[in-house]
Amino acid sequence: MRTVNSFIGSPIERLEDLRFLRGRGQYVDDLTRAGMLHAAILRSSVAHGRIRRIDAGAARALPGVHGMITAKDLGLPVPRVPMRLQPLPDFVRFGQPVMAETKVRYVGEALALVLAQSPAVAEDALALIEVDIEPLPAVGDSRSSATDRSLLFEEAGTNRVITFRATRGDAAAAFQDAPYVRRETLRTARHMALPLEPRGLLAEWDAARGKLTVSGGAKVLFFNRRTLAKEMGLPESAVEYVENDVGGGFGARGEFYPEDYLIPFGARLTGRPVKWTEDRREQLMCLNHAREAECEVEIACTRDGTVLGLRGHVQVDVGAYMRTNGAVGPRNIAQFMSGPYRIPHIDIEVALQLSNKTPVGTYRGPGRFETDFFRERLLDMVARDLRLDRVEFRRRNLVARQELPYRIATIRPYDKEEELDSGDYHATLERCLAEIGWAEKAKLAGQLIDGRYHGVAVGCFIEGGAAGPKESARMVLEPDGTYSVYVGSSAVGQGLETAFAQIAADALEVSMDRIRGVFHGSTSYVSDGYGAFHSRSVVMGGSAMLAAAENLRAEIRAAAAARLDCEPGQIEIVDGRTAVGPDGKSLDLASLAGASLSAEGAFLNTKHTYTYGAHAAHVSVDPKLGHVELIDYVIVEDCGRAINPLTLHGQAIGAAVQGLGGAIMEHLRYDEEGQLLTGSLADYLIPTASDFPNIRAVVLQDHPSPINPLGAKGAGEGGIIAVGGVIANAVANALGSLGVEPRQLPLTPSYIWELVQESVIRNQGSGIENPRNRADP
Amino acid sequence: MSIKFEVNGKAVAVEVEPRLTLADCLRHELHLTGTHVGCEHGVCGACTVLVDGAAVRSCLMLAVQAEGAKVVTVEGLSNDADLTPLQKSFRKHHALQCGFCTPGMITTAHALLSEEPDCDAARVRAVLSGNLCRCTGYISIVAAVLDARAAYRHKNPA
Repeated sequence: MRTVNSFIGSPIERLEDLRFLRGRGQYVDDLTRAGMLHAAILRSSVAHGRIRRIDAGAARALPGVHGMITAKDLGLPVPRVPMRLQPLPDFVRFGQPVMAETKVRYVGEALALVLAQSPAVAEDALALIEVDIEPLPAVGDSRSSATDRSLLFEEAGTNRVITFRATRGDAAAAFQDAPYVRRETLRTARHMALPLEPRGLLAEWDAARGKLTVSGGAKVLFFNRRTLAKEMGLPESAVEYVENDVGGGFGARGEFYPEDYLIPFGARLTGRPVKWTEDRREQLMCLNHAREAECEVEIACTRDGTVLGLRGHVQVDVGAYMRTNGAVGPRNIAQFMSGPYRIPHIDIEVALQLSNKTPVGTYRGPGRFETDFFRERLLDMVARDLRLDRVEFRRRNLVARQELPYRIATIRPYDKEEELDSGDYHATLERCLAEIGWAEKAKLAGQLIDGRYHGVAVGCFIEGGAAGPKESARMVLEPDGTYSVYVGSSAVGQGLETAFAQIAADALEVSMDRIRGVFHGSTSYVSDGYGAFHSRSVVMGGSAMLAAAENLRAEIRAAAAARLDCEPGQIEIVDGRTAVGPDGKSLDLASLAGASLSAEGAFLNTKHTYTYGAHAAHVSVDPKLGHVELIDYVIVEDCGRAINPLTLHGQAIGAAVQGLGGAIMEHLRYDEEGQLLTGSLADYLIPTASDFPNIRAVVLQDHPSPINPLGAKGAGEGGIIAVGGVIANAVANALGSLGVEPRQLPLTPSYIWELVQESVIRNQGSGIENPRNRADP
Repeated sequence: MSIKFEVNGKAVAVEVEPRLTLADCLRHELHLTGTHVGCEHGVCGACTVLVDGAAVRSCLMLAVQAEGAKVVTVEGLSNDADLTPLQKSFRKHHALQCGFCTPGMITTAHALLSEEPDCDAARVRAVLSGNLCRCTGYISIVAAVLDARAAYRHKNPA
């Protein structure tokens, strides 16, 4: 029986679940090695200061301590954490040393590494290290950063890393003649990905073979191998990065962090395996932060609701250093502020400002979550000003199907043209309105029911995916007639093994149980790999697998033709199991496997896919407590082609709940001295099972991507991107009678309560009733 | 200190430092790595195990406190042949992604359903609110637990 195209598109239960549900997953901290040492890292408790002295003598002498490493042991200058994405020469001077050299610039920065016989002894030793740091004034936010009164890098003379500028058309002219302009200042707070599994690394140095093996890699193992090999003066072939099960990534995990150098260095120094497992406090201090931005933005429109232009200045607090992918979020804020809308004239500047806080990097929907909040908030304010229907206003300005591909703003200094690829943005908006029952729900707007004001909102988004340049895959016909699949993509908990087995089975025309395994991530599997970021795995890795399958089938035909004495083109492969020649003679493919039949395939890409859609929310707000209850939430997205609708649906819901955390709860707070105040999960609140029970997602596949053979668009971030804007607009809609306009995230109870109180004071004597009186039962 | 207790039906004797948590003892002394450590301060619930039938955060309990107790981990709620009804339900509802919180979810849900096989969605949400998941958004987890109730009613006739 031929099994063509029967797995792609099916809601297949995941293969990974069989081990995870039994507690048989293998995460990096589950690994143990004979003679293994445990690492602990002394971290700066001072946000900004000059290092006077580090005395590790007592710690070194503690029984059970086998190694103690400070910056001077690493060799000066200390290696820097590289920029992986969007590197520019301007970033180099703000690079992070893997261990603080002369200054500390954020709480959590590494000062010393201890290697000991157990994690407990390593931590005991940390307590014995004496550190003397001369404190300097801490730069707490991008406003004080911009004054340059206290400089993180004195030699640079500025705290401003760079200013990006996204432009399209002629914004100055558009604003000059515009009949209506509104200006707003909007803010998003600092939050983070917070994968549930803390990071970990296990490094092993084989002195005899000169080989370094690093387990615990994730996301971008090939890049990290390149980086580590270079910094350690080893050939790339002498370094192997191993991917284990990974407990969530969301953009933050797997980048090259300081520990990615320090732990292998410890292993090479001691000649013993070294394991490090991050604790939660370390994660909150050290894993990339994200999202903190302040936007002064202006929108120009005609009075009947055609958007003419968007311009503004954004300041992004990038923390203490530029590292790995820290430029992506700020870049996206600038380039994607127009989202799926037709905005002919754009001029957005985004300044990257250093502060004495944890460096930033990407977190699911980087920059897009922030910029969608800015844009969608602004659209609802404009609609209210101009007395336009919010939905009609959006319909009027959404890019139409026939306008695609649609060029969006160009960003400098990168200067790469970018266009929205394909789809029907109006269709997802209409579907979203239908799903939530907009016509009925809209009647609830501003109504006070049982002491809570009800509000609804809808917003539209785009999600970029499929970053190039390349992905590689290899397929092998095994002696038992099964197939093994090797791919350069990485699994970070998103269900890649199942989706890829589905693609491989369809490509090879076999049933899924004939796919012996999908081996991913580790650097030994394919010659070159790029990993998992920018919603790229299915498009890039999946398309590479199609190419590998085609090449393998060609190899099989050639090998079978030699045996059956015919031309390869005359061979038919039946059920991935048998080769049949022109005269009906056949042979079992397993008998060819001895010839070690395997083939690589690659997919190269320079364009991006754009999944798109709309979110709608119905909330109720308690004006006395400031609490936002989510009554209903709908996500509609079109991702071109869903490989596994079950897991994609799970991605949409899970992303939305992360977004709700960012919209309502999550905030990494610092005090004036740069101390992180939210250093535990009791302080940094993320959603729990009882917070947001009502969320629905509809995944459509009406408009396949024209730029890859699967027709798929990168997906998995669309669920988070629109949440901040939609929730804030729903709250504004609920509290419209009070004139409350949220201008920042998160919408914590205290912030909403303050807005309500301000409106009470503002409205006193204006004839508007105090909601505190009205809300009483 | 030398302690003796029972893990997944087997008697164990271990030599531990008094400060070793039960979670670290299970993971690193007994090599039962299904129990995961997510926060070490009792918030995330990933390390939940059953101690004498009750769901307990093994990061907040010292190994020495387990002396004489019957401890069950996720491995003890599994078998090789087939997934249990609760595990099957998790798989069917796609109630896990990265799998890191999953052992804690399974042990917590097992303890709940063993005691209250007729619990409603609000009760499931309230109990699971002590276990953090960053991937799923919880909706599928709640659905999976509710769907598994029937198996516990059958197993534990009231």
